Amino acid sequence: MIEAHNLTKTFKDKKRGVITAVNDISFTCRPGQIYGLLGANGAGKTTTLRLLATLLQPTSGTAKLAGYDVSADADKVRANVGFLAASTALYGRLTAREMISYFGRLNGLNEADITARLGRLADELDMREFLDRRCEKFSTGMKQKTSIARTLIHDPAVMIFDEPTLGLDVMTARSIVKFVRECRNRGKTVIYSTHVMSEVEKICDVIGIIHNGRLVTEGTLAELQQRFGEQEMEEIFVKAVGGEAALAAALKN
Amino acid sequence: MNWNNIVTIYLKELKDSLRDRRTLISMIVVPTLIMPVIMFGVGTIMTKIVKQAQSETVSVMVLGGADSPAVVAALKGEKKFRIVPAAPDYQQLISDKKVRVAVEIPAGFEAALTAGDTQTVSLYYYEGELKSGFGVKAVQEFFTTLRDKTIEERLTKRGIAAAVIKPFVVRKQNVAPPEKVGGNAIGGFIPYLIIILCFTGAMYPAMDLTAGEKERGTMETLLCSPVRRINIVLGKFLMVLTASLTTVLLSILSMGLSAAIGVMYFGGPATSPSATQAMAGKAAEGGSIPLIDPMGLIGVAALVLPVAVFFAAGLLTISLFAKSYKEAQSYVSPLIIVVIMPAVIGMLPGVELNAKLALVPILNLSLVCKEMLSGVWHWNYIALIFGSSCLYAAIALSLAVKMFNREDVMFRA
Repeated sequence: MIEAHNLTKTFKDKKRGVITAVNDISFTCRPGQIYGLLGANGAGKTTTLRLLATLLQPTSGTAKLAGYDVSADADKVRANVGFLAASTALYGRLTAREMISYFGRLNGLNEADITARLGRLADELDMREFLDRRCEKFSTGMKQKTSIARTLIHDPAVMIFDEPTLGLDVMTARSIVKFVRECRNRGKTVIYSTHVMSEVEKICDVIGIIHNGRLVTEGTLAELQQRFGEQEMEEIFVKAVGGEAALAAALKN
Repeated sequence: MNWNNIVTIYLKELKDSLRDRRTLISMIVVPTLIMPVIMFGVGTIMTKIVKQAQSETVSVMVLGGADSPAVVAALKGEKKFRIVPAAPDYQQLISDKKVRVAVEIPAGFEAALTAGDTQTVSLYYYEGELKSGFGVKAVQEFFTTLRDKTIEERLTKRGIAAAVIKPFVVRKQNVAPPEKVGGNAIGGFIPYLIIILCFTGAMYPAMDLTAGEKERGTMETLLCSPVRRINIVLGKFLMVLTASLTTVLLSILSMGLSAAIGVMYFGGPATSPSATQAMAGKAAEGGSIPLIDPMGLIGVAALVLPVAVFFAAGLLTISLFAKSYKEAQSYVSPLIIVVIMPAVIGMLPGVELNAKLALVPILNLSLVCKEMLSGVWHWNYIALIFGSSCLYAAIALSLAVKMFNREDVMFRA
């Protein structure tokens, strides 16, 4: 379960003054659901997800993940969250097995549990072949699989995916999407950010459109289609953010 | 603080660093190789050059001396000299290193000697040029011998005993115990080396574990784990400290070993004359290591520890601010000079420990090590230095923890 209430995050920038990256965002994501956070580059997706993962502290507002508050119980939140982003890389000089075990230990698992869970994940993700090779030599697909295993080693209740298919080839991207669905089917709470419209249509149960740090609209695909009178996600998105001119202006900033 | 997490992070960083070529080079290869290279490489080459310069015949140009055939003949007879024909541009020839020394014998020199007059012989040479320097010394020696002989002749002629001009002799006797000599000789050198290596040993892992991780994108991965940041800092800090102390330890071991081999190789503290003494002195320093008070070395180790902590934590703090390894290098490299400066001042003769200097980081270590290695124990200063070093180390470490908790540093865009 993720419950965000009036989350706000501001940064100070020397040139541009105070920037509000996330502005008063509230939403709820239930177990067994994929919440899609759709937005253009710089809309505030990554900052929102970092706030949820307690990597950043909110300027105001609160959020609860798996029942823990991001400000008061940050450690417990992280213990119940698997966070995967383009910016969460692997240690190149460690093997996949060492990498995943390391995060198992950091999450307080004992060696027997780590071995058992690692074995299961390696089978599910088809990683056996490269488990004992160093991550620096991996293909993008192998890296992504290792990262997924890293986020799942402690079996978290909440999964946060920040543009997980960014820069991947079609086959790898498809396997990631399949895996995100499996997470939902196992009853995990999943939040998924992307700017790829087709992915949202395919996998998200609830869609939130974020623009200039604000959550401008939220609902199931059917609800959004009805609300904006459009069938295609891309058209819905452009209408939701206030037309092409508004989108272009935001991207310029 | 959670020691399980700290140890987990430390062990992982250790494994990771041992697989990193840059860290391995700075932590193991450089400290192990630098001492033998300094002692044998530079030592051997210097000894060779000096020996060659000494054994070479000196080209000497004799100016004048047509009416002093006996002196010119004696010069020619000397094996060390090769007499070259006189030329008017002798000064230029000396500058061009074609002639080492020119001797100007005044007109009527021999006649004046017999008559009992005083004459001036001028020697022309190139100051600072090794071979010219040796040459002029040899020629001067020749004329000193000639002068002594002349004095003796004049005295005999007047029926006076030679002992008249040599009423007594002076004999010097060393009373310093050998370890004190060793301590004074290497006391300035060892702390200097330890301070530099302590710093450079910590440098690469500190940058790799902070800015390097940010650059490679693994920092955010690590921050996603439930481990508290203070534990992450301490795990990383212990790794940097390990690298720093390993560097120091290996260099001291390597220095001891090279010294032992050096003594065998050069046949003990060399007794070579004049110019070789600088290099031979270095070999002798090495040779006297076993004579150093072992308590002194333990004292040095105890005082180096807080400084190593200070370096490790300080370097972590500074390089954490950088976004990339390269940026970290540009912050950290100039610091080497900041560290070398006080270490060098400590090496200078005449700079003595006092209460004010005991509070200056790095310089205080350099000064007190010099004293401890030569067996002098100022307990007041030692306590003051240990205390202040610990305080600086604690400040640096708490700064590092503070830095790790700052969002604008960890996620600097």
